[in-house]
Amino acid sequence: MTAPNAKPLIKSKFFVVFVPYLWLFLFFLAPFLIVLKISLSQTAIAMPPYLPTFDFSEGIGAAFSELKELSLDNYAFLFSDSLYIKSYLSSLQIALISTALLLAIGYPIAYGMARSPKAWRPTLVMLVILPFWTSFLIRVYAWIGILSREGLLNTFLVWTGLIDTPLTILSTNIAVYIGIVYSYLPFMVLPLYAALEKMDESLLEAASDLGCPPLKTFWVVTFPLSLPGVVAGCFLVFIPAVGEFVIPDLLGGSSTLMIGKTLWAEFFSNRDWPLASSVAVILLMILVIPIVFFQNAQQRQQERDS
Amino acid sequence: MILKRFATALAMSAALTVAAAAQDDVVHVYNWSDYIGEDVLTKFTEETGIKVVYDVFDSNDILETKLLAGGTGYDVVVPSGTFLARQIQAGVFQPLDKSKLPNLENQWKDISDRVAKFDPDNEHAVNYMWGTTGIGYNVSKIEERMPDAPVDSWAMIFDPEVVSKFADCGIHMLDASDEMIPAALNYLGKDPDSHDPADVEEAAKLIESIRPHIQKFHSSEYIESLANGNICLAVGWSGDVLQARDRADEADAGVEIAYSIPKEGALMWFDNLAIPADAPHPEAALAFINFMMKPEIAAENSNYIYYANGNKTSQPLLEEDVIGDTAIYPDEETVGRLYTTTPYDPKTQRVVTRAWTRIKSGT
Repeated sequence: MTAPNAKPLIKSKFFVVFVPYLWLFLFFLAPFLIVLKISLSQTAIAMPPYLPTFDFSEGIGAAFSELKELSLDNYAFLFSDSLYIKSYLSSLQIALISTALLLAIGYPIAYGMARSPKAWRPTLVMLVILPFWTSFLIRVYAWIGILSREGLLNTFLVWTGLIDTPLTILSTNIAVYIGIVYSYLPFMVLPLYAALEKMDESLLEAASDLGCPPLKTFWVVTFPLSLPGVVAGCFLVFIPAVGEFVIPDLLGGSSTLMIGKTLWAEFFSNRDWPLASSVAVILLMILVIPIVFFQNAQQRQQERDS
Repeated sequence: MILKRFATALAMSAALTVAAAAQDDVVHVYNWSDYIGEDVLTKFTEETGIKVVYDVFDSNDILETKLLAGGTGYDVVVPSGTFLARQIQAGVFQPLDKSKLPNLENQWKDISDRVAKFDPDNEHAVNYMWGTTGIGYNVSKIEERMPDAPVDSWAMIFDPEVVSKFADCGIHMLDASDEMIPAALNYLGKDPDSHDPADVEEAAKLIESIRPHIQKFHSSEYIESLANGNICLAVGWSGDVLQARDRADEADAGVEIAYSIPKEGALMWFDNLAIPADAPHPEAALAFINFMMKPEIAAENSNYIYYANGNKTSQPLLEEDVIGDTAIYPDEETVGRLYTTTPYDPKTQRVVTRAWTRIKSGT
């Protein structure tokens, strides 16, 4: 009698594992392999603008003989010109500073939300999500109107007498930071709020009973307990910020160097899809490899703890 | 003008919503931004029953990348000459069935002959508009800073002594390396169409020397920025600067914009209507191109967007401030000073783009 019962169990287990893997295969691995293949190709004046294309209509043999045409030349080129390394570093720097700013701004907001009366919380969460009801592009565009030389901010500052001549904020890296911090704030606040909200408040009472001052309680009790939220929030904003294109393109100046813009130039101005693809592959590795290491380290930590 | 534009947008979205109804009676057009008369699409639909789905771009690079990827779904696109030449080579376009284009006889031979440099025998494309790349400026702000400013010369942009005087009121430059490098070469007295990497580098050095004074490299923002006084000097396309002039006049905020074709010479470019090889509605596309070559339609377009068209028969129908303006229809002597360019091969293109990135980002 046990055998028939066990069978469906295995099946559903298989399904539970199979579906996410199929998802990953279809929407991550397969596109990645296509990009990887293009990154090993060479440019050509054709549709699509690279060779070889592996045309299976001429037989599998002919397609396989084209394999020999793949090469690592594009990757060698990436390291021969300092532009690419500088773009990666500049992107990482902008993403890192933005993440730090987001954490500094997002944490007090999330903390305030989590400590507010229970009845208010759904409204507050709603307010954080509210900007998403307007298109991301329009919200970034609106900042042009605010930050430009004749924009709202400058007009206001001149009117108050704080400054005499309008500040140049638009088309600088400062505008990029403002844009990223503004756009990504909900992605930082929500995971932090989720972590802080489920924290057991009796722990704080206990700390206070034992004579721990409030500030110290925050650092030894609240903050460590909210760490999973901090990590999730930081990853959620850091990863897309590194590859960000829209914000630096609209708000940044011509001298704003970010890998998204470099990639755009390779793809659109040079029509060099292979090189653009190798830029993307390296970017993926820069992001994925440290995260995998981090996860491994965390897992080991958890195993040690238990 | 803003109201007019709003009306155009409304008409377009109206065309868009009904478009889905009849699958076959539709044409997908991908044109430059701010580049068509306000009622032209409505008139086309009224006359032919073909709905128009209209979409815009502001850079040849974007158009080309989409075309090379294939399957864009567009029936009519508007590439410029050098891009057209390379795209024909890549096999992007289908030859035009000229029996379906009776209005071809309205075209201006002088212009068609020049376009034939990019498209032998005019087999794949019909000229839509042509223009020059020159200097747009805010008359009073320039005069204030330099009463004897050489507004008829590229020295306005390429002479560090001159250009530095205007840096404080904002300067934009087209984000188009294939136009700015030739302009710099021309100013240096070299062949603007040079494909020699050493020449490209020299031109890049010249632009780098004035780079600190350029606020932004962008190919469409300067229209609005010139018009509302956010910037006072821009390297731009003739009609776009004149549109800025028009918007400034209508806003009536005391901003006066002018355009000049520098005496050293300027790029003459051609934007052309062409049909992608994989266009889903080639018949409708031909009908659209034929319609655009009607004299009254070509005239309506030029009267609205301030660009010269490639249509001879439209000229009597043009308003005086279009046909009579040498910034739009330059006189013969000026035309003699205009130059054209040919597409870069991939190797030179890389040198050009790399130099351009270095100019813009300093890296």
